[in-house]
Amino acid sequence: MNHLPLIIKREYLTKVKNKSFIVMTFLSPLIMIALIAVVAYLSQLNNDKMRTISILDETGYLDDVFQNTENTTYTSLNGLNFEDALTLVKEKEDYGLLHIAAVDSLSVFGDNVKFYSEESPSTSIMLGLERRIEKRLRDKKLQDNGVTSEQIEAAKTSIDIIQESFDGEKSSKVDNVVKLIFGGIAGYLLFMFIIIYGNMIMRSIIEEKTSRIIEIIISSVKPIQLMMGKIIGTSLAGVTQFAIWVILGGVLMTVVSVILGIDMTQASAPQQELMDQAMQAEGFQGMMEDGFTAVSNLPLTNLVIAFIFFFVGGYLLYSSLYAAIGAAVDNETDTQQFMLPILMPLILAVYVGVFTVIDDPHGTVSTVFSFIPFTSPVVMLMRIPFGVPPWQQVISLLLLIGTFMFTVWFAAKIYRVGILMYGKKPTYKELFKWLKY
Amino acid sequence: MNDLLVANSVSKNFGNFRALNKVSIAVPHGSIFGLLGPNGAGKTTLIRIINQITMPDEGSVLLDGENLKPIHIRDIGYLPEERGLYKSMKVGEQCLYLAQLKGLSKSEAKNRLKYWFDKLEIGDWWNKKIQELSKGQAQKIQFVVTVLHKPKLLIFDEPFSGFDPINANLIKDEILQLREEGATVIFSTHRMESVEELCDHIALIHKSNKILDGKLTDIKRQFKTNTFEVGLQSLNKEKVLSEIQNTFEVLPATFKNLNDDIKLNVKINENTSSNDLLSFLTSKAEVHHFVEVIPSASDIFIQTVKNN
Repeated sequence: MNHLPLIIKREYLTKVKNKSFIVMTFLSPLIMIALIAVVAYLSQLNNDKMRTISILDETGYLDDVFQNTENTTYTSLNGLNFEDALTLVKEKEDYGLLHIAAVDSLSVFGDNVKFYSEESPSTSIMLGLERRIEKRLRDKKLQDNGVTSEQIEAAKTSIDIIQESFDGEKSSKVDNVVKLIFGGIAGYLLFMFIIIYGNMIMRSIIEEKTSRIIEIIISSVKPIQLMMGKIIGTSLAGVTQFAIWVILGGVLMTVVSVILGIDMTQASAPQQELMDQAMQAEGFQGMMEDGFTAVSNLPLTNLVIAFIFFFVGGYLLYSSLYAAIGAAVDNETDTQQFMLPILMPLILAVYVGVFTVIDDPHGTVSTVFSFIPFTSPVVMLMRIPFGVPPWQQVISLLLLIGTFMFTVWFAAKIYRVGILMYGKKPTYKELFKWLKY
Repeated sequence: MNDLLVANSVSKNFGNFRALNKVSIAVPHGSIFGLLGPNGAGKTTLIRIINQITMPDEGSVLLDGENLKPIHIRDIGYLPEERGLYKSMKVGEQCLYLAQLKGLSKSEAKNRLKYWFDKLEIGDWWNKKIQELSKGQAQKIQFVVTVLHKPKLLIFDEPFSGFDPINANLIKDEILQLREEGATVIFSTHRMESVEELCDHIALIHKSNKILDGKLTDIKRQFKTNTFEVGLQSLNKEKVLSEIQNTFEVLPATFKNLNDDIKLNVKINENTSSNDLLSFLTSKAEVHHFVEVIPSASDIFIQTVKNN
C-alpha cells in the first residue's frame, strides 16, 4: 500500500491552511517592503540633507580644491584664527570644520589635516575629502619638481582590462559582480530555505509525538513513508510560500515605488557618493549594458539545472536530519543540543561561499568545500556562475545523493525508534544505540 | 485452523535489554484474549510486533496461518495506550484520513463514519477540531477510527482509561458486539475487573517471559484451592468452631452476609468432596452461606507474579 500521496496531501493542506502560516505568507512581504521603503526613504532624506563644511586652510595650497556639490557647500574661513573659526562653525551648526595647519614642508602636510565635527563624520565624506586633498598634493609635488599641469593631465590613463577566456568568450568586471549576485542569491536562498522549512518539519514531527497520534499512524504506515511524506509535503508548502513571497514582493515593490516615488535602489545609499564617482568613471549607461550582457553570458541552462538538483539534494539532506532530531526529542527546547551539528556545516558553507568563492572561485578551498556533501549545495551553487567543469558538478552531485541516501537511512532509523520514545532526552550515545535496534 | 493469531517464540532485544524472551501465544478465533502483565513486562512490545511497528529479532507471527505482511495492516485495528489525534484538524477530515491510511476508499469511509457517528451520537462533532473536544470525546473518535475498517483482529491497549463509567460501559458493549459479529479481540489492561468480565482467554507476561496462558476457566480451575466460604448459625459457637477446626483446615473469612455468627474459610483436601463438607456442616449447625472460593483474575495475577 502506498500512502505517500495521501500523507503528502495532508501535510501540505495542514500547513497551507494553518493560520499562522497564512499570516506569515502575506505579512512577511509587507513587512519586508515596508522596512525597505522606510530605509530607502530615510537614506533619501539623508542624501537630500544639505551640509556645510567650513574650511580653514592656513597653507593656501588647497584653493579651489573644494567645489560645491548638490548636497555639500564648502565655505572658506581663511583669515580667521583657529579658535574663532571653531566657535563660528559651532554657532552656524555646520557639519564640521576642516583645519589645515600651516606647515614648513609638504612632507609633513598629512599630519596637520584635521576635521572637527559634532558627531563622527560619515566615512564617505571623509574619503571624498581625502581623495581631493591627496590629488592636489600630488599635483603640487609634481609641479614642484618641474612637471607642468598639462603634462600631469596628459599622464592620466585609465585602463579597463578586456577579459577573454581561452575559448574567446569576452567578460568584464561587471560579469563577476553579476555572477556573485546570482551565486549568492542561490546559495543564500538554499540556506534560508533549509533553516525555515527544516524547522517546520521538525516541529510538525514533535507535534505528532506530543499529541500521541504517532502510534496510531505508524500502525498503518511505514515510518519511512511517514517521514518522507512529511518532508515532501512541508517542502511543497514551503515552495508555495516562497513563490507567493516573490510574486507579492515584486508587485508590492513596484506599487510602492510608483506611488511613493521612493527609489528602492537607494536603500543602500550611504556609499552613494562613492558609487556616483565610480559610475561617472565608467559611465552609467555602459555599466547597465555590461550588466545585461553579463547576465546573458551566464551559463544559464547549467545554472538552472544545477540549482534544481543541488537545491533539492541539499534541502532533502538537511531536512532528513531535522526530521531525525524531531523524532528524537519530546519538545522543542530539547532540540538545542542537536541543532548545533546541523547548523555548523551550513554556516561554514555560507562563510566559505561569501569569503572564499568571491576571492577565488576555483581555488583549493572553494573546490574542496564544493565537494563535501554538507557544504557542497551552497558552495557549488555559488561557484557555478563562474563556470564549473561538468565532471566536478556530477561528482559533487553523486556524493550529495550518496550522502542523502545515507542520512535518510540514518534519520529513518532514529525516527522509527525515536517516535515511540517518550519522556526522556536522549544522548548521542543512545541515538547511536538506536541505530542497531 | 482454530487460532486467528499465533506468535511462535517471539524475542526482541533493545540493545542489551531483552524485552521479550521466546514468547508464544495463540489467540483463538472469536475470543477476547487478555494480555496481562505488570508495567514494563513487554506487553506493548508484543503488541507493536503484531502491528508490525517493530520487527521481532527471532520467532514469527502468523495471522490466519500466514506470516505477517504489510497487507495484514488492513486486518488489524489497534488502539494504542499512548493515543492522541491531530489537535488542530477537524474530526471528520481526520477520521477520513486515518481510514484511508487503512485502505478504505473515501466514499466507503464516509458511509461507515456516518453509521458510527450516528450510533455513538456524535454526528455534530464532524466539523469540530479535536482540541475543542474533551479527552473522553476524543477517545470515542479514536475508538471509531480503530474499528472503522472492520478488522478481523482488534487490539485494545487500556481501552477504558479516560472514559467515565457510562462511556466505558458503552465501549464495552461495542466491543462485545464486535465480537458477536466475528471479530477477535486482544485486550491489554491492568483493570482486572474488566478482564474478569470480558476475557475468555488470558496470557500473563512478566519480565519478558510468558508465565501463564490458557482459557480463563481452566486457569481458575488450576488455581483453585478447594476452599469454601462458610457461614453458620449455632447456639453453641465455641463447640461447633472447635469441631470444625479439628476436622478441617480453617482460615478466617471476611465475606459479607446478614448473619454474623460464624464466618470461615474452610479448606478441604482432594479426597474430600464439597458434599462431604456440606453434610458435615449441616449436622453441626445451620448453614446460611456456602460458596466455593474461586480465585479472581486479580488473585491469579498477583500470585503468579509474586512466585516468579
